[in-house]
Amino acid sequence: MPRLIRTALAATALLSSAPAWAEEIWVTNEKDNTISVIDTATLEVTRTIPTGERPRGITFSKDYSKVYICASDSDTVQVMDPESGEILHNLPSGEDPEQFVLAPDDRHLYIANENDAVTTVVDTETRTVVAQIDVGIEPEGMAISPDGKVAITTSETTNMAHWIDTATHELFANTLVDSRPRHAEFAKDGTELWVSAEIGGTVTVFSAADQTELAKIHFEIKGVHPDRIQPVGFEFTDDEKTAFVALGPANHVAVINAETYEVEDYILVGRRVWHMAFNADKSLLFTTNGVSGDVTVIDVKSREPIKTIKVGRFPWGAALRP
Amino acid sequence: MRLDHLFAGLCWLCAAPALADVSLHAVYLRQETVPPPTLSNLDPVPEDLGVAGVELGLADNQTTGRFLGHDYTLEIVSVAPEGDFLAGAREALGKSDFVIADAPANALLALADLPEAEGALLFNATAEDMALRDSDCRANLLHTAPSYAMRTDALAQFLVSRRWTKTAIVKGTQPSDEAYAAALEASMVKFGLKPGPVKTWAFDADMRRNASQEVPLFTQDFGDYDVLLVADEIGDFGRYILYNTWEPRPVAGSAGLRAETWAPVVEAWGAAQLQSRFTAATGRAMKPADYGAWAAMRSLGEAVTRTGASDVATLRDFILSDEFELAGFKGRPLSFRPWNGQLRQPMPIVHAEALVDQAPLEGFLHQTNELDSLGLDRPESACRAFTE
Repeated sequence: MPRLIRTALAATALLSSAPAWAEEIWVTNEKDNTISVIDTATLEVTRTIPTGERPRGITFSKDYSKVYICASDSDTVQVMDPESGEILHNLPSGEDPEQFVLAPDDRHLYIANENDAVTTVVDTETRTVVAQIDVGIEPEGMAISPDGKVAITTSETTNMAHWIDTATHELFANTLVDSRPRHAEFAKDGTELWVSAEIGGTVTVFSAADQTELAKIHFEIKGVHPDRIQPVGFEFTDDEKTAFVALGPANHVAVINAETYEVEDYILVGRRVWHMAFNADKSLLFTTNGVSGDVTVIDVKSREPIKTIKVGRFPWGAALRP
Repeated sequence: MRLDHLFAGLCWLCAAPALADVSLHAVYLRQETVPPPTLSNLDPVPEDLGVAGVELGLADNQTTGRFLGHDYTLEIVSVAPEGDFLAGAREALGKSDFVIADAPANALLALADLPEAEGALLFNATAEDMALRDSDCRANLLHTAPSYAMRTDALAQFLVSRRWTKTAIVKGTQPSDEAYAAALEASMVKFGLKPGPVKTWAFDADMRRNASQEVPLFTQDFGDYDVLLVADEIGDFGRYILYNTWEPRPVAGSAGLRAETWAPVVEAWGAAQLQSRFTAATGRAMKPADYGAWAAMRSLGEAVTRTGASDVATLRDFILSDEFELAGFKGRPLSFRPWNGQLRQPMPIVHAEALVDQAPLEGFLHQTNELDSLGLDRPESACRAFTE
């Protein structure tokens, strides 16, 4: 039983306080100012690490030597050593950083400043602000194309995806989506941009080449009022044939066929599901459930929830540390 | 980060379109009033009440507009307490077909019935009177303010869900107190509760002690009840009822536990951002009248954004259609009831320090939209102006 062995090893590691090598999911707890670290083998919380105020967005550097955390109410992006949990330094982030995306160059962070209607570009090496770009009100979702040439900010009150040319830091397109766009991701080698709209209850798929709308995905769950179906975070499987979309207070994750844009399934999770992260082989999906304060583990193959893990208050972001 | 401003200034230019091709000019028309005297001065009525809300809505619209080449402007017409409202109304309609009004019900009707208002689109941002959504409705007048019934239905749902079934009512002597108390009783009947005894608080010159000493005696003869409901819409005596009742009972209605369209304690669903934008601009908390004015301005903005038009007919049709949805920071899309022009909206149920619940409460179902469990539903409304 490999799982048993891993559990034993993990336990030993814990006892001897040796550096953990277990594969982990890091979850930010918005109202606890902590990160809960989940061991993907044991599906247990192994560590709780203090952070700045109201941690939300979380992402690792390419070599996983650093973890970046949006500490929204501390108005900073914290850089943490994932081994020790120590804050190495803070990055100038603009006010109220909510979400960000690390550019493919592993150096530039594109940060949505929710209270300021700007997107801030920070050089993580020189620790300086490279640019600030005026976007719509309450910027939130951040994405960057695989070639690093296009960054996206979604603005929740302006209801747009703003397309940023990363060479000039200028907007070259603004596309309307439904109300309260929350999250954006490029898909299929950067040819498609997916944007979720929380209050609109839809996911819009754009052609990245010309910003035209390719599809709009709607959701319907028996016994759940359409108003409660509020798409937020989403993730793609490796082959990008399937997308998993968190539906907020509908307490479900939708499974979408990314080729036909049809919804294939709904998976029951905890309350007000926000974001999610896969384990390394993408066999398990971990969703953050804000209101119930837990993480649901979904078996990707069977599309069944297999475990609920209690974490801190209002878990929000999730990231894999393999 | 004061660097922000430098960069923001530079990049404003690169994002702005060369020319605004659609523009909307709106007027905020306010009938100033002298608030009646109240026992406490703790909560003065802000001078920019409502105005600050519509200005924030304008700023929100302008931000979206600058990416689309849509331009928004606003003018304020404020009529002095003893001033000629109809003259102000004509002035407003002379400037724009889009008027957002903060005025009492009779003034709103006078505005809507002006010949100049035919073909205009008017918003009632503050008046909660039932008749405006019922037999006195006007096809050119939409309502972003909730009706009294929307607030009291929300509270009645809460009473039912908590099984606080035995009530007593204390009401003041203002017309708004009467209207609110009547709505309370109607809501209780609507949700299967039997309204309890009613007493009128009319201790003007005869009051020999302070309110807090009077309240225990005043509430002694109510006998047993689960919750004391207070109708004190101007905020006069209600605050002194709390913790002074003869029986130790919760207080709800105009004081204590309140159902309001907006309150400073609303923070979920992104509301914290709206609150902080408002407070940054004004230095005070956002009140229901501000929210009503903001929602009216944003409704116009949303309709312009989605239709690319700025004429009354197109915007009115869109606003009253199924396609319209406004993200109002209350967790659900807001829309207008096509039968009487009332904005559907969840009602936060709050006390001074926290949100307690938000109506419609779980379990209060409706055949088409749970939000229609609050206020006059289609079969109950005598409004025909929208369907004729």
